[in-house]
Amino acid sequence: MTTYEPRPGAAPVGRMLLAQTAFETRMLLRNGEQLLLTVVIPTVLLVLFSAVDVVDVTGPGKRVDFLAPGLLALAVMSTAFTGQAIATGFERRYGVLKRLGASPLPRWALLTAKTGCVLVTELLQVTLLAVIALGLGWSPQGSPLAVAALLVLGTAAFSGLGLLMAGTLKAEATLAAANLVFVLLLLAGGVVVPLSKFPAAVQPVLELLPISALSDGLRDVLQNGAGMPWADLGILGAWAAVGLGLAARFFRWE
Amino acid sequence: MHSEPAVEVTGLVKRYGPKTAVDGLDLTIARGTVTAVLGPNGAGKTTTIETCEGFRRPDAGTVRVLGLDPVADAAALRPRVGVMLQSGGVYPGARAVEMLRHTAKLHAHPLDVDALVERLGLGSCGRTAYRRLSGGQQQRLALAMAVVGRPELVFLDEPTAGLDPQARRATWELVRDLRRDGVTVVLTTHHLDEAEQLADRVAIVDGGKVIAGGSVEELCRGGSESSLHFDGPAGLDLGSLHKVLPDGAAATEPSPGSYRVEAPLGPELLATVTAWCASVGVMPERLTVRRRSLEDVFLELTGRELR
Repeated sequence: MTTYEPRPGAAPVGRMLLAQTAFETRMLLRNGEQLLLTVVIPTVLLVLFSAVDVVDVTGPGKRVDFLAPGLLALAVMSTAFTGQAIATGFERRYGVLKRLGASPLPRWALLTAKTGCVLVTELLQVTLLAVIALGLGWSPQGSPLAVAALLVLGTAAFSGLGLLMAGTLKAEATLAAANLVFVLLLLAGGVVVPLSKFPAAVQPVLELLPISALSDGLRDVLQNGAGMPWADLGILGAWAAVGLGLAARFFRWE
Repeated sequence: MHSEPAVEVTGLVKRYGPKTAVDGLDLTIARGTVTAVLGPNGAGKTTTIETCEGFRRPDAGTVRVLGLDPVADAAALRPRVGVMLQSGGVYPGARAVEMLRHTAKLHAHPLDVDALVERLGLGSCGRTAYRRLSGGQQQRLALAMAVVGRPELVFLDEPTAGLDPQARRATWELVRDLRRDGVTVVLTTHHLDEAEQLADRVAIVDGGKVIAGGSVEELCRGGSESSLHFDGPAGLDLGSLHKVLPDGAAATEPSPGSYRVEAPLGPELLATVTAWCASVGVMPERLTVRRRSLEDVFLELTGRELR
């Protein structure tokens, strides 16, 4: 016979973190719309625009050498920003965050697990895109360290903005806004259309967008073989500080 | 073992904008007991429970749970307190068993998940996502999540709302077993029979205050006491009955042929009434003694109008 005699206690925090990260990742990968956003769209764009001459690319090398860095940036944005905002918004709406707030899992551990889930997903995305791009003749330049720095800071910047949106707007509003922002930044953030094709007057503004900084930085390194792109890292760092700061201040758990 | 109460709420006030949800509420809950918090919709039950769970900060008054402050000592309390929300709390895409298994992993010494799944009939949920489960299945999963960590104290907010009779029984049995093994249970409910079945103590909340509290027996005692009913031919002369009844007793015929005697209840009253029936040559049909139910008490205290 089962005894219900009290024997309370939190699991060791490392085990909770691992369990929560694995669980969040499983939930994310099960979600069809999410996979469309994070895997299918960047992959299709990469293959399509590499094969078909519909966008004017710039810089040295083949078309894929211009496109691959942009689509890596898009992959980061789709997971860290759009996907995370929508998933977290609905978790908030359905009381998941509230209920987890009553579990032994500390809040910082929940956010760390979310970050872990984003990083695991990005690793899968980057691997997939890199394999496809290499198959299309991509020859990446530059230092992997600079690439990693850009991806991590980009993730921090987009996570902050995504969590800010998820923690302050209604779930439906987050769904609509996150998708709209995704499309706008895809078109106007140097992902597949070079910023130099835009009117000179708006270019300085567009360059300050986090997606532009990330795609431009990745392109500098991977296409042009540049060193640490400090200016782009600075822009991403500023967005990360503002986004995470505002999210920490205004995020509402229910 | 523990002399200090499981829950001690003193003068709790909680406002939402201009609306005062809880207005000077006092509630003490002893360890190892089952307490039912009853009240009409909007009485302040959920707000009180959620303040004890640490989700809300009191505007005034103090709340102590297991001797600790639910907000300031949240980290220490969370593993010790099981929480069942009124609704939600589960990832919309999660399956019942996997969600329960995950919740168990956050605890150091969880219950055996398979046994709990079987006990609450969650195995039949299979691979269905939470958002597509029936209301009853969602309720049972939330209950399982509240107890899986082997807490000392559980708060169950309307644990049987929307359950079919079988699932309701299963929930009652689980609450009884929790109590047997020393877990303190605090539950809110609209089902007065549930409180009668399960609760050691009842607290009736209305207008943000506890307006009555005690065991079911204590609450049902007093007031208009109990009454005796029987059927017979219409239009009996109750004057002769009044002569033999004790002072202060009242015999009435609320509808033709249906009689009601209100008096301090005891075997003497029964003997008096049946002797009178014999003396007038009437067979008292359907003779019953009706005790005041918790529902009578509840409606007397909180009124009958809808709100």
